Amino acid sequence: MNGLRYRFAEQRGMLLALAIFVLMFALYVANHPAGFTPNVVQTAANKGVLLALVAVAQTFVVLTAGIDLSVGMIFILANCLASYLLVGTPIGVALGVGGVLLTGLACGALNGLLVIYGRLQPIVITIATGAVFFGIALWIRPYPGSAAGFSSDLADALTGKVFGIIPASLLFLVVLVLVVWVPFRRSVIGRAVYAVGSSEPAAYMSGVPVMRAKFTAYMLSGLFAAMGGLFMTFFTYSGEASLANGNTYTLSSIAAVVLGGVSLFGGRGSAIGAIFGALAFRAIGDLLFVFDFDPLWQPLFQGVVLLLAVSLGAARLFQVRNRLDLFS
Amino acid sequence: MDDDAVPIFRMEAISKRYGGVHALDHADLVVRAGRVHAILGENGAGKSTLIKIMSGVVAPDEGRMLLDGQEVSFANPAAANAAGIVCIFQELSLIPDLSVADNIVISNPPTRFGMIDRKAQQAIAMAALERAGGGDIHPMELVKDLPLSRRQIVEIAKALARKPRVLILDEATSALTAADVETVFGVLKRLRSEGIALLYISHRMHEIAELADDCTVFRNGRKIATYPAGSKSDDEVVELMIGREYSSVFPPKQDNVDRVAAPVLEARNLSWMQRLNGISLTARAGEVVGLGGLDGQGQRELLLALFGVLRGVSGEVLIDGKPRNISGPRAAKAADIGMALIPEDRKTEGLMLPMSVRDNLSFAAMRQISRGGIVDRKAESAAIDRMMKLLAIKAANPAIPVGALSGGNQQKVVIAKWLMVEPRIILLNDPTRGIDVGTKQEIYALLRQLAAEGAAIILYSTDYDELIGCCDRVLVLYDGAVKRELAGAEITEHALIASALNIDHRESVA
Repeated sequence: MNGLRYRFAEQRGMLLALAIFVLMFALYVANHPAGFTPNVVQTAANKGVLLALVAVAQTFVVLTAGIDLSVGMIFILANCLASYLLVGTPIGVALGVGGVLLTGLACGALNGLLVIYGRLQPIVITIATGAVFFGIALWIRPYPGSAAGFSSDLADALTGKVFGIIPASLLFLVVLVLVVWVPFRRSVIGRAVYAVGSSEPAAYMSGVPVMRAKFTAYMLSGLFAAMGGLFMTFFTYSGEASLANGNTYTLSSIAAVVLGGVSLFGGRGSAIGAIFGALAFRAIGDLLFVFDFDPLWQPLFQGVVLLLAVSLGAARLFQVRNRLDLFS
Repeated sequence: MDDDAVPIFRMEAISKRYGGVHALDHADLVVRAGRVHAILGENGAGKSTLIKIMSGVVAPDEGRMLLDGQEVSFANPAAANAAGIVCIFQELSLIPDLSVADNIVISNPPTRFGMIDRKAQQAIAMAALERAGGGDIHPMELVKDLPLSRRQIVEIAKALARKPRVLILDEATSALTAADVETVFGVLKRLRSEGIALLYISHRMHEIAELADDCTVFRNGRKIATYPAGSKSDDEVVELMIGREYSSVFPPKQDNVDRVAAPVLEARNLSWMQRLNGISLTARAGEVVGLGGLDGQGQRELLLALFGVLRGVSGEVLIDGKPRNISGPRAAKAADIGMALIPEDRKTEGLMLPMSVRDNLSFAAMRQISRGGIVDRKAESAAIDRMMKLLAIKAANPAIPVGALSGGNQQKVVIAKWLMVEPRIILLNDPTRGIDVGTKQEIYALLRQLAAEGAAIILYSTDYDELIGCCDRVLVLYDGAVKRELAGAEITEHALIASALNIDHRESVA
């Protein structure tokens, strides 16, 4: 049997994002004064991985046909918390990392419980919880900085290069995909997440554990957002409760997810697509610098490229025969 | 009835109320292994509530269910499935973005080391598809890319993969082609010989004649009779299904039809996506034309096509005898066409529930109540007052949100909203569904009055009484085409049901 065609169709969104990324990144390095060197790749990778982690966080929730506007704030909270907890001996740092990740899980769990039992729209709930998370971040870290005895060993290891060539952050991302995403995609609960996002009534009628699926999605979202925050701390050696940063990461994560072929209607797409979406989005943003344009043009340019990219995905609307379907 | 066949499942004195309406009233049912049991009844007789209770979608208010003699209750569809009761629903329960194989094993995927075993899944799916007569469907195809008839086969395969003891088929053949029906019947007969109990709900009498061993007729939420298949004639069955008296809630029909002028609305040979297959109709000023037939035979699509909502409709629409191209609702309601559509789902397509009665009434009629792009407040209130009086809308104040009104009053607002446009052609899509008798009566009187004032009205209704009481002519649709046209005294419940079920006999003219 010819299964190849279907395998390809399944990956189409991801492949499109990959193509956009390769194109944008090629343009970027081709015009970069330093060219295609390990250092250029390392810097780009480190910036890209931050957004990629938040985009993966967003993917889990978007797959259930929800949206998580608190990912940026969980990211900030984790960043501020890590600036206190990554101290002392390697064991102390490990405990700190555990603490940050558990906090992320807890934030996600709170979102999940409110969405499931509060029965409010995810967008409303996550705006509210996002404000709460940011409030806590601001409370624990009113001014940017880090704790005395901040240990940078782990940070340096994960933001440096392996064998002097490969960016460690990128390697870490690949490991995460293999250890978390791939098993999730092939697990029963992972399939339930897709089913719920595609058609919640049909999923319920088929005996799919709807609530458990949603809860898992929000928990994983919190976990990945916190991982993003942790990486932010690795790069900056400090924490900062910046509202602007939080909002930018939230909105960029949605852009990255869409660029990566994840349907905002739920049920379609993959975290791998979202990762390429994030990398592409970052590359687009950086493109202006290598072309010596005024940085003021960046938001406009990024917006136009994003519009073009998502228009590709909207082409199917021309096939709709019942105009009422356009609104459903 | 064959006493050798063991009852697997039994329902005793099951009742279910929605609001004040008895959907089921002390209904009994006995389901035996190795037999096909057909359930018959009109729209709204309680069939769907019955199977929803059996399959764990809704809980009964009273009564008990016995499986193998043990009392059971199902908290959700998963619990019913676990007990071996599997339902193939009319609204498909497939997940569009997952593959065929994913869907077939959805409730209990095979796993290895905690991961879904894709190879095993593929094998299960292929075996189930083969059994359901869908060996040609690729298990990796996405469900949303399949045509409706193939999806139905997948739905059946999905049910079989759950190893059912009682299999419920709710209009499972309605989307199938004739060849598929043959295949499915072969499958069902084999399942029967394997000792599975089948519950078969269908409006198609010849299918029931071919397949069923036992039949049970429901009417108004009550079980009327259970009898061995073939022991009653079609006529007797239809009698059992109707069996109720008319109440004269309908205003007298008057003949105001303008037969001289060209018909206000004429459609020639409308076709669309295999849902409409060459429908022609005319509606003259002063006439109420009914659309009859079973639910889902193209009536809704016909109204949407006339209103310009569907793309790619072939055929011609003539207004006042002149061909017109109606590009959408905006064009349809413009003064030179003057068409209004009272939609089926008032909550999503008819009203903006959180907004006030006033705003809802004004939306469609902005042209009538504004001057130079500015809403003329005085004209607006005058028009709204007139409408609220005309339809006797019971709202304390036009400023309260529509969502706070009763269902009947909401429906009046939908109708009033379109009457403000002063339409000449009024299309109604099942306008009285789920509203009380009092309001229904007022709506019937209004329709007659509008016709008397010269409007051409097309009324689709799932309620046969309504078609009989309101319409000058009724077109009975079957499979997207006009099966039969009934006029005047020909419009009887018997004739409507007989032609809706596509049973060919014409002695029904009283």
